[in-house]
Amino acid sequence: MADEFILSIFRGDADGGQEVEYRVPRVEGMVVLDAVHHVQAHEAQDLAVRWNCKAAHCGSCSAEINGVPKLMCKTRLDEYEGQTVHIQPMKTFPIIKDLVTDVSWNYEVAKKIPAFHPTVAAPFRMQQWDVDRIQEFHHCIECFLCQDVCHVLRDHQEKSQYYGPRFMVKMAEFEMHPMDRADRIPQIKNEGGIGLCNVTKCCTSVCPQHIHITDNAIIPLKERVADRYYDPIRNFFRKLGGKGDESQPE
Amino acid sequence: MNIETMETHAFDVLVLGSGGAGLRAAVEAASEGGVSVAIVGKSLLGKAHTVMAEGGAAASIGNVDAPDSWQTHFYDTMKSGHYINNYRTVEVFAKEAPARVLELEQWGAVFDRTPEGRIMQRAFGGHSFRRLAHIGDRTGMELLRTLQYKAISMDIKVFQEVTITRLLMDGSRVAGAMGYYRADGHFILLKAKAIVLATGGWGKVYKVTSNSWESTGDGAAMAYRIGADLKDMEMVQFHPTGMVWPPGVAGLLVTEGVRGEGGLLYNSEKERFMKRYDPERQELSTRDVVARSIFKEVQAGRGTPHGGAWLDISHKKADFIKQKLPGMYEQILTLGDIDITKQPFEVAPTCHYQMGGVQAHAETCATTVPGLFAAGEVACGLHGANRLGGNSLADILVFGRRAGIAARDYATSLKKAPEIDDTQVEAEVARILEPFNRPDGENPYAIHQELQEAMSTHAAIVRSEDDLKVGLNKILSLKERAKRMGIKGGRVYNPGWHAVFDVENMLLLSELIVRGALERKESRGGHWRSDYPDELPEMGKWNFVHQYSEDGDRITRVPVPEMPPELAEICARPVAPGREKVAGSSQVPPRKE
Repeated sequence: MADEFILSIFRGDADGGQEVEYRVPRVEGMVVLDAVHHVQAHEAQDLAVRWNCKAAHCGSCSAEINGVPKLMCKTRLDEYEGQTVHIQPMKTFPIIKDLVTDVSWNYEVAKKIPAFHPTVAAPFRMQQWDVDRIQEFHHCIECFLCQDVCHVLRDHQEKSQYYGPRFMVKMAEFEMHPMDRADRIPQIKNEGGIGLCNVTKCCTSVCPQHIHITDNAIIPLKERVADRYYDPIRNFFRKLGGKGDESQPE
Repeated sequence: MNIETMETHAFDVLVLGSGGAGLRAAVEAASEGGVSVAIVGKSLLGKAHTVMAEGGAAASIGNVDAPDSWQTHFYDTMKSGHYINNYRTVEVFAKEAPARVLELEQWGAVFDRTPEGRIMQRAFGGHSFRRLAHIGDRTGMELLRTLQYKAISMDIKVFQEVTITRLLMDGSRVAGAMGYYRADGHFILLKAKAIVLATGGWGKVYKVTSNSWESTGDGAAMAYRIGADLKDMEMVQFHPTGMVWPPGVAGLLVTEGVRGEGGLLYNSEKERFMKRYDPERQELSTRDVVARSIFKEVQAGRGTPHGGAWLDISHKKADFIKQKLPGMYEQILTLGDIDITKQPFEVAPTCHYQMGGVQAHAETCATTVPGLFAAGEVACGLHGANRLGGNSLADILVFGRRAGIAARDYATSLKKAPEIDDTQVEAEVARILEPFNRPDGENPYAIHQELQEAMSTHAAIVRSEDDLKVGLNKILSLKERAKRMGIKGGRVYNPGWHAVFDVENMLLLSELIVRGALERKESRGGHWRSDYPDELPEMGKWNFVHQYSEDGDRITRVPVPEMPPELAEICARPVAPGREKVAGSSQVPPRKE
């Protein structure tokens, strides 16, 4: 067991940059973020890194560690025994500096999600089994790792066409709430662009909260969209009823 | 000089801090329309320290234990605060907490349910009934996320990753705030008719702390510098159960919910030592008592290998633990290599919360500076000498809302917007940029580390006159060195630069903690003096108020407000209201061992 870890951290900004190597003394149980902080305190005061809680609750310290999107606070360095640990910023968002990216696009999308819309007043009567399903979505810490890995956003840069996995989860949270009465299906299909997701489950695989993003949020929403817009039997009756307008199918 | 890159905005109500209290204040201020509202956070939206609150929000809804009432919540909160709380603050709080929690459900929060389908409530230390509305062990995150999405659905301007370095004045009243964007370093001037401070605590002054980097007390320090009164600064809460091992995670919070759900504490001799320190409440005693008991066990040589106590919940079913404490299960497994469904784990006290802070009016949250309001951890009055678990999440809801209302009313009552003269702004611009002139100056990270060492050694869970004086001298010499803090690099996202202002604020507040601790020559709640080990009735009559002066901190004793007879009668009862019928049985609900 070596008495130090070797880190190779991206240093740079929108004009470019490169990885710089740092050596950090081993402390038992240390995580990647501890090592980055050590570098900051001793070698590079201006090393930019975003973090808050260091307990995997806030979702601030997202980065790509040896190419895999992860939270730095939850990634133990001893997983990389004997290797150089490469730390890069998230690729899907514009870089600000070093490990910090401009994630403001996510907040723009967030504003487009219509608020929770109950038609009865709290306190609600709901059983635990009514809410188990949506409570899973409430585990989201908005680290945006799912947005980072989503190839629609990452490789095809379709940010104007698809809200991304995070916001499908948010949509599902309200859509499946027993008390919500808003009709969210047209938005999920149209502006939300759920059809662009082709279910590769990359988002699920990187989620530090282990939310089954694809299986429990996106696929059920796709089914609701399909029921509404593409079910031939429903369509037939809809046409009989003279309600052919796509945005107002029912 | 880059003053030409300054961005200027004007709002009726400006909220500083985008945690739970700040968001609740902004939502309320904007709720009736016609008032321009902005909220400023040092981090991204939704990342504030509120996410770290785990166990629940205390409110006497009575879904699980029907006899609960505001009177019982009042009784428990005053008792836990050792009666130096502002009684009126506590009364308002206990009465309004249920409505504030239920309102969250209306906005999309999804609490765990009882078999009848109502909001589930759990037991917690010092609460006479099962009272904490919760969502597993991530209640704070649920509150913050709910308020965050509520706020962005309204007409509220949100500024993210902006550091505020100074509050600006028009004569004796507050007139705005200034600072800079962390992303690129450009200046921002925010003019405001009313300001709500919701900037949280300053737990980062200690080495072992559950607090995130943001908890550097910016709001309290800035308010003090413009003349606001700070109170009870010596009252610091050490949470009994922080992680101990491995060192990388020392201090990380282990929710009180573990004990609330049946977890038991043992020393190295496998003894349930809490039975000795508090036979009645045992593991669910108040935090000050449990933290001190763990500390005493370690001092007596009965600590765990890394200097703590064993916390064990493995007698409960694995499925139950994973459902009620999913975050803890995962956190301790990933970071500590321990499966809590199978074995006990080590815990020790960690700095968690500041009961002291900016003195705020019980009903309006008004500080002593006109136009400035304070809510949440930055404010002082509710918790007295020791905060009950779960009272903080309810605090931010009740007083966040009240501060929002009061700030809105104040802003609309002003006939003329306050004015800010340029000299204040120019002086601050120069001050903000000064560290760049000293690329080889003192390293802010090093000063911070030394401060944490000093506070942890001399002003932590146990204190004494001699120790506190040594600590004070260390802080004062660090303050001198801090005048020469310098940084390398540019203004684009430069954490070294940001740290300079955090460190200045923490040095100031550390000094006030130590001065307050020297002044309170007794032991009460979170403040434990080895040279004055007893709680003294005479000292219980006073709060200590700190005021800024040219010659340094000025401390005055002010009398603790006296309760009216109907409230005094509640506090004087031998058992908590509602528990009379079960008097003689255990204070806490029956527990399996």
